[in-house]
Amino acid sequence: MKRAPTHSYPGLNLGRRHASADKASEVVTFGFWVFLMSDLVYFGLMFAIYITMIDAQAGGPGPHDLFNMTSIFAQTLILLTSSLTVGLAMLALKYNLPRWRIVFWFSVTLVLGICFLVLEIRDFMDMAEKGGIPQRSGFLSAFYGLVPLHGVHVAAGCLWLVVLGIQLRVFGLTDLVMSRVVRLALFWHFLDLIWIGIITIVYFGGLTYG
Amino acid sequence: MDKRSEMHRREQRRYVIGYGGSLLLTGTVFTIAYVFGIETKGVYLAIAMLGLAQLVVQLVYFLHIDRRRSSREDLDLILFSVLVLLIIILGTVWIMGNLAVRMHTYPM
Repeated sequence: MKRAPTHSYPGLNLGRRHASADKASEVVTFGFWVFLMSDLVYFGLMFAIYITMIDAQAGGPGPHDLFNMTSIFAQTLILLTSSLTVGLAMLALKYNLPRWRIVFWFSVTLVLGICFLVLEIRDFMDMAEKGGIPQRSGFLSAFYGLVPLHGVHVAAGCLWLVVLGIQLRVFGLTDLVMSRVVRLALFWHFLDLIWIGIITIVYFGGLTYG
Repeated sequence: MDKRSEMHRREQRRYVIGYGGSLLLTGTVFTIAYVFGIETKGVYLAIAMLGLAQLVVQLVYFLHIDRRRSSREDLDLILFSVLVLLIIILGTVWIMGNLAVRMHTYPM
């Protein structure tokens, strides 16, 4: 395989054309990776609690009564697609495509993120209707500690997209704004990774062992 | 076609490959769950393995983490965090499971 040109820092990067922005964001991007990894440890703790709590249903509704796998499938596809679109926004930036392309992919990502949140909240409301509220059992407390935590991250990502969209408009493609786009893309891909953990452990694991 | 747009195309293809791979793995997972049911541990093992594969696909194709020298620092950071995470999770499950067995709340 041919070696990619400048890779001054690992993972996503802006490339030779934006060398100054690339240089400026080298340290912050690594720092952002450190943040992501500590966030990962936080999520890991919540996963550990969930795993130990799977049996603690206290006679309340369990995974088979509560989980709507069709909705989970839809949410998975939506989040996966949004991961692609944020990547395409990142590429549009890296290769100096017209700015509307970046804004377009940002908007698609934002819409997908909001769709994901709407479906997720609808699921939670369905669960609550069936008696699946956080205070019902240890299992449900652990569930509501973990899955909405991911949802809050997605909501923060959506807010970030909006703020960055405004910054793109007001400041234009400055080095700082570009390095922020890189970090947003990292964050968004990271949320997709966590979601894979959630469907595998929380949903499928819950259905198997719950 | 100049070199830049050729590179752009190549990187774009990389994202699309990652997306396709993830879609395929997601589809397989849900198909397995739908066809075989999710009650048995063998099926769950298959689902967990496919989930792991999907994590790797996304790390490589979306986050561009691989064994190239330039991304090695990050790989080290990720691997170390995963080590910490595994100690936390497996340790918790081990201890709490053992405790549950001793308290006779969980069948041996």
